[in-house]
Amino acid sequence: MSEKPVVHSTFTIERSYAAPPAKVFAAFADPAVKRRWLLEGKGSDIQSYSADFRVAGFEKSCFTFSGGPAGAPPAGTPMGNDTVYLDIVLNERIVFAYCMLVGERRMSASLATVELSASGSGGTRLLFTEQAGFFDPSDGAKLREAGWRELLNKVEKALA
Amino acid sequence: MLNNAAVDRVFRALAEPMRRALVERLSARPMSVTDLAQPFDVTLAAVVQHLQVLEESGIVRSEKTGRVRTCRLDSAGLKLAERWISERRSLWERRLDRLGELLSDDDPPNPSPPKTKKRKKP
Repeated sequence: MSEKPVVHSTFTIERSYAAPPAKVFAAFADPAVKRRWLLEGKGSDIQSYSADFRVAGFEKSCFTFSGGPAGAPPAGTPMGNDTVYLDIVLNERIVFAYCMLVGERRMSASLATVELSASGSGGTRLLFTEQAGFFDPSDGAKLREAGWRELLNKVEKALA
Repeated sequence: MLNNAAVDRVFRALAEPMRRALVERLSARPMSVTDLAQPFDVTLAAVVQHLQVLEESGIVRSEKTGRVRTCRLDSAGLKLAERWISERRSLWERRLDRLGELLSDDDPPNPSPPKTKKRKKP
């Protein structure tokens, strides 16, 4: 086998939003809203986006970076995202599997779980858990792997 | 690509509580070294030494007018730290931040006509 072993990693991200769970859920469910926060970031150009938000529904996005962060593929590289929804509980939970593509290559496959719960003040607590397998950790995985853990390591080193 | 040695210098400079306190004071306004040192229970020489580290990392700038050395924040150092941190944020962190910005807009999340005024977070 010439392929590198798949590197597995699990991470969680927590967020609190002032908006109620129904509104946060809607931002995932409505493709027109979702594309705004999912893809319309600084430095990426959307080529296409389609979403079918229901269990077993498919979502596909194609975009290019016009100048990504360090470690990202070079500008103009076609990137893609293939998502299939596995579980949807209104205003509470969204589970989906997705693949990240760089050019024709699939860089990773993940199971992502979004859990929403009402927080005291009418807001929402969002818990995002991703269990991912990175096929080539030297490339696309860098985008996600290098998270806060790396930052904290760096700060720790600086403190030493 | 960010210059690693420069990033090292910025984080090393900020890793020291006293130096962070100096940066906090300077974020209010430029100050003379004497004014800057005033609330701290250390020698002026110690403060000057800390300031030197901050200057070398590009966080603080100083200039001498007559006999008074005035220090001010230099945006270069902190910008470097900011860039380093934001480049390390994961894809989903950035996405969920954008979602938060979208949700904090007053109107419901609709693809409705673009707003005349775009609210920026402070």
